Amino acid sequence: MTRTAHDKGGAAVHLTELTKRYGNAPAAVDAVNLEIAAGEFMTLLGPSGSGKTTTLSMIAGFTRATSGRIEVGGHDVAGLPPYKRDLGVVFQHYALFPHMTAAQNIAFPLKQRKVGKAEIAARVADALDLVHLGGMGDRLPRQLSGGQQQRVALARAVVFNPRVLLMDEPLGALDKKLREQLQGEIARMHRDLGITFVFVTHDQEEALALSDRIAVFNEGRIEQVGTAADLYERPETLFVARFLGESNVLTGTMTDPSTLEGHGFRVAVPRTGASGGPSGPASRTASVVIRPERLTVLPADARIPAGHNALRGTVSGLTYLGAHSTVTVELDCGERATVREPAAARSEISAGAPVQLTRPIAHGVLVSG
Amino acid sequence: MGENELRGGVGLRLWGALVGAVLIAPTLIVIPLSFTGKASFTFPPESWSLRWYQNFFTDPGWRDALLTSVRIALLVAVLASALGTAAALALDSGRVPGKGLINGLLLSPMVVPQIVAAIGVYAVFLKWGLAGTTLGFVLAHTALAIPFVIVAVSAVLRGYDRRLEQAAASLGAGPLTTFFQVTLPLILPGVLSGAVFAFVTSLDEVVIALYLQSPELHTLPVQMFSSVTVETDPTIAAASTLVLVVTTMLILLPQLLRRRSPEETR
Repeated sequence: MTRTAHDKGGAAVHLTELTKRYGNAPAAVDAVNLEIAAGEFMTLLGPSGSGKTTTLSMIAGFTRATSGRIEVGGHDVAGLPPYKRDLGVVFQHYALFPHMTAAQNIAFPLKQRKVGKAEIAARVADALDLVHLGGMGDRLPRQLSGGQQQRVALARAVVFNPRVLLMDEPLGALDKKLREQLQGEIARMHRDLGITFVFVTHDQEEALALSDRIAVFNEGRIEQVGTAADLYERPETLFVARFLGESNVLTGTMTDPSTLEGHGFRVAVPRTGASGGPSGPASRTASVVIRPERLTVLPADARIPAGHNALRGTVSGLTYLGAHSTVTVELDCGERATVREPAAARSEISAGAPVQLTRPIAHGVLVSG
Repeated sequence: MGENELRGGVGLRLWGALVGAVLIAPTLIVIPLSFTGKASFTFPPESWSLRWYQNFFTDPGWRDALLTSVRIALLVAVLASALGTAAALALDSGRVPGKGLINGLLLSPMVVPQIVAAIGVYAVFLKWGLAGTTLGFVLAHTALAIPFVIVAVSAVLRGYDRRLEQAAASLGAGPLTTFFQVTLPLILPGVLSGAVFAFVTSLDEVVIALYLQSPELHTLPVQMFSSVTVETDPTIAAASTLVLVVTTMLILLPQLLRRRSPEETR
């Protein structure tokens, strides 16, 4: 179980039909399947109560799974207590031992593994350097700032060379500036250590900035797993589209495989969405998701380019934001759309002006429901 | 405004001092009495001597009672701290069903009249052959002392983050290591004050001890009780003074220590 400092590399984590039930309530985690590759930075993203933290807690061993398998490096660990799983864990509220100095905190996992005194001293010093806290080893946690405490916690969680590092909203208790700084350090640690990171957050920007892939959780299930670009450009569900970034959504009925009709609108849609699009009578109801930067505002009398859809409406708001401006349009069908355009003074767009919104048909994503 | 507050503070302090004096003064009478030179309880004493202290430490009856009491109280302190701490940790973990009921049951010795407990304990221990034995005293007193430990440990647990135990587990520490290296150092103030209360509870206990005593084995309070009822010997004043000083010191000691290192309590 104890491995040497040279033995680097992450372990794959496979979750199979992982389920957690509390009494008769709906499952907190409902048959989750997830394959995390060795060395990958996987983020579990979702609103509070979506099951992401419970999933992490089951991987760590703090919460006993009701059913399902948890494999780390090919071994089923579901029956092992947390102290035999050999996984690093970083907690939201640091969870440093308040009666031990920073160095003693970092030495703790090494002592459990019966590492020799001289080696402990060397590895603790290295770990402190890794998180830029060299020379602060003899401070007690309460003598350190929140950011410094979380760095100590990070050092403590990786000093014993675990093959997987689990992080439960590690930046949640820090202010914005520190959060960005530590994001950079976590990304660097992931590069340098080469181990598997499983990171829980409800902050989509954090998830987009750090992750190789993101698993979006909702009501105990995974809605979609993919890279940041996958999730943003090709959301498979309305929930994912709404949770990541801004989106304009039109919901209606498919009248033929390439046409969506709703109250007061009729749009052409790409024949296949990322999910292959809805098919069969069960999914006649569908939504098209269009990102604000994919829409263009044209004057009411302009010609629509070929291969584009157009919707008519009236400008209700215009916000100049430097690099870009945001235009809010009340569509004739009753929906409100947001458009983000590169900022350029355009006299023909002003509040109250009738306009057309256009988009290339290929740039809409069709999702069921 | 500020002056009024100050005056209110002084008034409150005077009132507090008065209440304290009324409560404590009768107890303090035994101190001068213990230094009397005569074999009587005349107050104030007409002459002074240490003969009653000498008697206390040399008379086999008193000396044996003292040693018995201290021995039992030490065993009770150890046993009650261990059991009470374990119970407080279990009740705090949130994993125990029927927590309220168990808590009430464990704290009941604080509420049940001691004479009722004493009769029950006597009847059962007589049958089990525990009456008049050290083990019998220790068991009965431990039951009385456990609530004090639970209350003291539960109080420090409120400021203790149980997630530290998860952290320790994630770092490779098993339950025992986690308890001795993480939990115990952090809740030690509560455990120690619980142990002191347990020790004093046993040292002071007289009702159950009266029932469980045998000619060969009786505790200091029992010796004092029989001394009051059958003799008029100022040795009891010396004994009372010693018990008073020792228990007061034990109770005040943790607070004095805490004041010296205010950082360690956080």
